[in-house]
Amino acid sequence: MTPEKDVELVGVTKAYGQTVAVDAIDLRIRGGQYCCLLGPSGCGKSSTLRMIAGHESVTGGDILIANRRINDDPPARRGTAMMFQSYALFPHLDTRDNVAFSLKMQGVAKAERRARAMEMLDLVSMTAYAARKPTELSGGQQQRVALARALMTRPSVLLLDEPLSALDPFLRGRMRAELRRIQRELGIIFVHVTHSQEEAMALADLAVVMNDGRIVQEGPPRELFNRPATAFVARFMGGHNIMEMDGRTVTLRSDAVRLSRDAEAGRRRATVRDVEYQGAQVHLNLATEAGEEMAAILPERTYFSDPFAPGDSVGVAWAPEDIHEVRAGA
Amino acid sequence: MTDTATSGARATPARARSGRRSLGATAEAFLLALPMWVVFAAFFLLPLAVTVTVSFWEFTQYSIEPAFIFRNYTDLFDGCVEDLPYLCTTLKTYLSTLKFCAAVWLATLVLGFTIAYFLAFHVRTLPVQVTFFLICTIPFWTSIVIRMIAWIPLLGRNGLVNAALQGAGITETPLEWLLYSDFAVILALTHLYTLFMVVPIFNSMMRIDRALIEAAADAGASGWQTLTNVVIPLARPGILIGSIFVVTIVMGDFLTIGIMGGQQIASVGKTIQTQIQYLQFPLAAANAVLLLVAVMLAISALLRMVDIRREL
Repeated sequence: MTPEKDVELVGVTKAYGQTVAVDAIDLRIRGGQYCCLLGPSGCGKSSTLRMIAGHESVTGGDILIANRRINDDPPARRGTAMMFQSYALFPHLDTRDNVAFSLKMQGVAKAERRARAMEMLDLVSMTAYAARKPTELSGGQQQRVALARALMTRPSVLLLDEPLSALDPFLRGRMRAELRRIQRELGIIFVHVTHSQEEAMALADLAVVMNDGRIVQEGPPRELFNRPATAFVARFMGGHNIMEMDGRTVTLRSDAVRLSRDAEAGRRRATVRDVEYQGAQVHLNLATEAGEEMAAILPERTYFSDPFAPGDSVGVAWAPEDIHEVRAGA
Repeated sequence: MTDTATSGARATPARARSGRRSLGATAEAFLLALPMWVVFAAFFLLPLAVTVTVSFWEFTQYSIEPAFIFRNYTDLFDGCVEDLPYLCTTLKTYLSTLKFCAAVWLATLVLGFTIAYFLAFHVRTLPVQVTFFLICTIPFWTSIVIRMIAWIPLLGRNGLVNAALQGAGITETPLEWLLYSDFAVILALTHLYTLFMVVPIFNSMMRIDRALIEAAADAGASGWQTLTNVVIPLARPGILIGSIFVVTIVMGDFLTIGIMGGQQIASVGKTIQTQIQYLQFPLAAANAVLLLVAVMLAISALLRMVDIRREL
């Protein structure tokens, strides 16, 4: 099912004049993996994606797909296809002709390319909209068309540039599930650029956190969340307290924090700053005596069995095994 | 069906609101539009009405009388039907004008599209784009007469081009067709009006999302395929607007055709000018109305190809 078509980056660098956007990164994405490139804006994730796509020249290093160096190949010969952030649908073509565009470029006859476009539209449940122009489609529908068009070239790697950022939260959740389903069905590599750690955790087999043009940490999302390599990763993944402890930087998951009424009982004494109700859980902001900020996440039922109010003094406790040491720096 | 329903739903509250704001807002809107209306009426509608009126008047060699006769129009087409395999003067003139129109349109389109493409897709920074645009406007820095006269030392019998050609041994005798010829007319008109093609086409091209070009490359399109499948269809509104400019201007031109044609080439504008010189105002007016109809037909044909209101 899964063809062995690894994507490999070896010392890949992108420089714009003096500015280095991507600084000698190494990465291997195995065939059939869903990879998310994650990081704040300007971290080099989009440049990396565009270099794989062939829309940006590679300043240094090599990009290999299925062990073939593709640095200088035009996009269409790399076996990649890109789904653009703005979808980049051709405004003068209807849905079906947008999807059939690559076949038209190959010189496939009209009847055949339209028939194959309809098959692809079926995969994204858009056959009913085949005759519409892009402006007559909603954002979610445009995205499905863009996905169908990208898949039309039968790529071995699909590159997605912040595909969900333009959608409202409800649609985003649905499209996320859909992307995952289609990726599993096709068994090809998806490389998905996002700044949302939530998206990466929901989708990725391999999450890659980037900062300042470098890869800070890569691995399955669960590993990144539970064992962040640096304070940056912990902060970026969210849900962590980052503390100084005996000269070391450590992290502690907010949902591992235990609170008690007895201010002396815990390892730290703190005051409740504010309480945010989030449905299944309740989020508390705390200020410790030493002036540190901490966050605690309690299950809704636990919290409401004995609710705290802003201003309450509490004892903050945790199990020693929940403390995780991280590297200093970015 | 759905569209009508939603626009209807949207229109209702708007109507209710304008009803509440009542006369004040309507009067204000009319007042705001008034200056434009005055200018439009005084300098366009009124002269047009006068021209149409005069075209039905009677004239003799020494007088012009208000009347309502069609003689001016029938005179224009005198003998046009009877002599048919042979073209009458009016048809010949129109044919000649249309020929120039087509040639100049083609030349300005090819040149204008190429220049606009270069400016929009290859020049990356705004200051450089502005500089190139200023260079494109150089033909307009002097008066039309000087621009015409300036061709003479270049294209004349003893002009620069002939001197260079003979000096290089390419031709023995001076080329006669360089000046006062169809070629000279087309060259001068193209030189003048290419900018009218460049600007609207450039404008259309600047609105093409650059990601579309990448998407085309991603789908395996070659440069040429991207041009014919993406750039040209999306630049169509600009091409049409530029075409309208060029067609309208060339159809009415008499100065360029007169000077560059050595006063030997007939054009509709030239005919009208001659008739005015001989004080045959009603005949000139009838000719002008005919030209107006011809130009409007040409433009409506162009507009059929694209919905300008939707594209702008």
